[in-house]
Amino acid sequence: MGKIELEGFFLINSLILGLFVLLCLYRVVFGPTLFNRLIGANVIGTKTLIILALMGFIYRRIEMFIDISLVYALLNFIVTLAAAKYLQRKGVL
Amino acid sequence: MYIVSILFILAGTFFFFSGTIGFLRFPDFYTRMHATGKCDTLGALFSLTGMALYNGFSLISLKILLIAVLVFLTSPTGTHAILRGAFDSGVKPWTKDGKSVIDTQVRRK
Repeated sequence: MGKIELEGFFLINSLILGLFVLLCLYRVVFGPTLFNRLIGANVIGTKTLIILALMGFIYRRIEMFIDISLVYALLNFIVTLAAAKYLQRKGVL
Repeated sequence: MYIVSILFILAGTFFFFSGTIGFLRFPDFYTRMHATGKCDTLGALFSLTGMALYNGFSLISLKILLIAVLVFLTSPTGTHAILRGAFDSGVKPWTKDGKSVIDTQVRRK
């Protein structure tokens, strides 16, 4: 099992995850209430995190992409918290 | 070792898939929330451990596991924050016959 075949596997895997992101995008766009859109943002955030890490493995420049995905995980968390805190106070249905 | 990492990553993709399906098909905000909150965290954990295994024993795989721990801690907290915000702003849980089972008394601070 050489290392080369696994690049293709990572590529296919990140494409599948991209497809899932598109599926979630449907709910984000047509979601009835604002909170469904908020979950959509959270869901797409974690998926993009994994796609970023996979891209690191595809391009074999892992340390750069892992740092990017680390920062992205933190940002995703902060955005979710801020939006939830804002919506809680504002009482938007 | 590659087989194990491939299996881990495939398991992660499977859980992402089930989370997405749950996110699309469930009728109500709360049910969607419980689907995505769990499946995404687990999918992320599986994928990240698979990648760490593929990378062998090095500083980078330690950093990948660090991200896995970070996701493990932050994702449920974020989900809880969203739920708290939604519950307080009066989102009614869905019931099959439409009657609200629990009376959502909104706790205004």
